Amino acid sequence: MKYLKFLIVGTFFGIVLSKSEVISWYRIYEMFHFKSFHMYGVIGSAVVLGIISVQIIKRQKLKTIDGGEMDFTPKRLSYYRYLIGGIIFGMGWALTGACPGPMFILLGKGVTVMIVVLISGILGTLAYGMLRDKLPH
Amino acid sequence: MEWITQPWPWYVGGPLIALCMVLILYFGGTLGLSDNLRTLCSMCGGDQCAEFFDFDWRQRKWNLVIALGLVIGGFISHKYLTPDQAVQISPDVVEELVAYGIEDPGSTYVPMEYFSWKSLQTLPGLIMLVLGGFLVGFGSKWAGGCTSGHAISGLSNLQLPSLIAVIGFFIGGLLITYLVLPHLLPIP
Repeated sequence: MKYLKFLIVGTFFGIVLSKSEVISWYRIYEMFHFKSFHMYGVIGSAVVLGIISVQIIKRQKLKTIDGGEMDFTPKRLSYYRYLIGGIIFGMGWALTGACPGPMFILLGKGVTVMIVVLISGILGTLAYGMLRDKLPH
Repeated sequence: MEWITQPWPWYVGGPLIALCMVLILYFGGTLGLSDNLRTLCSMCGGDQCAEFFDFDWRQRKWNLVIALGLVIGGFISHKYLTPDQAVQISPDVVEELVAYGIEDPGSTYVPMEYFSWKSLQTLPGLIMLVLGGFLVGFGSKWAGGCTSGHAISGLSNLQLPSLIAVIGFFIGGLLITYLVLPHLLPIP
């Protein structure tokens, strides 16, 4: 039962991202050409509402369903890892039109070749893990 | 109820994404899907290769369950909620893609010319799918998060590192879009 709620929210999230087309390669291509407001509208409105929600949660000291603290682990500030890692990620995003979440959703949508993208992503993660000590963070 | 089967506009999609983020926080998790790539690595014995994968992945099972939900959600959306798979992209983009030789751009959810098993037999297809996937995995873990973890969760929490990462996402995306894709996309 502990996992059922995550399964439900994951399924709902998959439907939301599918129906709002943000996992379509075409939409990503269009976004990087600044030819449509759609992606900016989706991400922008999600972030604005996200900021408001997180502020309310923090001010009201709202708890999780189990009464625990919500997980807002702050990230340590540095530049290399976020900028260079981010650039590499962005390159992959523009090529595949999919970030990790959409890879799973597109699989469900019947784009079976996404399994190759997902396995490549896992190998990329493995490569990062092995090189981690040599990379600037 | 007809609106459900139509494409959802940004002002429906965006707020529902925020709702999902809050629900996951409420359930004791945090929205960030690239975490699953690391977990999958550890499950497959990655802890033998690097310390990075030596953690108790069983504690991250909830996130894998979300990923499983994503597959189911994609299936439900595809099978029952989207009778027309077309994506209404801008006419400028359609024109550009037609010039590259893509047939009827936007008539399917993703361009089948590239997102098919056959495409893996071509160099552009290999670069887009295999190298692209590799960069997503490598970059998201170096940056400590992906679109969901940084652009949604991180920015919502006003974290400067996430803003730097999102700026990076755009620099990388623009580099590929303007310098590389014009050479990869044309269909011979």
